[in-house]
Amino acid sequence: MAMQPADIEALIKEAMPDAQVSIQDLAGDGDHYAATVVSEAFRGKSRVQQHQLVYASLRGRMGGELHALALQTSAP
Amino acid sequence: MTNPVFERIEGEINANPVVLFMKGTPVFPQCGFSARVVQILSHVGVPFKGVNVLEDGEIREGIKAYANWPTIPQLYVKGEFVGGCDIIMEMFQAGELQELMKEKGVPVSAGA
Repeated sequence: MAMQPADIEALIKEAMPDAQVSIQDLAGDGDHYAATVVSEAFRGKSRVQQHQLVYASLRGRMGGELHALALQTSAP
Repeated sequence: MTNPVFERIEGEINANPVVLFMKGTPVFPQCGFSARVVQILSHVGVPFKGVNVLEDGEIREGIKAYANWPTIPQLYVKGEFVGGCDIIMEMFQAGELQELMKEKGVPVSAGA
């Protein structure tokens, strides 16, 4: 069951309420997206840690329902 | 009780300075993201060992738990998880990947 951009954004915002999220659909097939996420939660964290925060917010969908999510993360 | 799959993973990442857990092989990558990291490593001129997770279901799942990272490819330098395709691309474009290799004492050939 493919995911919709709004679903991804909602999950990320649930975990990081201050996050500014923009989602680009890479392939139009519902499981290849790119996302830019800006949140205070990333401050002082390495890139790996920042991306792990986003993957955790997706509660296990990453790598399953969601095949690819190219991430750009940063603190404000 | 140690995890035998984790032990096998640690065996690989400790035996080789640079290890790429990928889909396919460096010569025949079978996923766009894996192919992109292979290209970057070749461009930077870093010799690496490719581990084809498509041939080993245990490693394919075990590596995700090991690094708490849900996707493949995964790059390890001197036993340390560096990142997946996005992070390697970002580091490469910022020149940080070449920097990391030097810092870790990984030989980089003329390709850099």
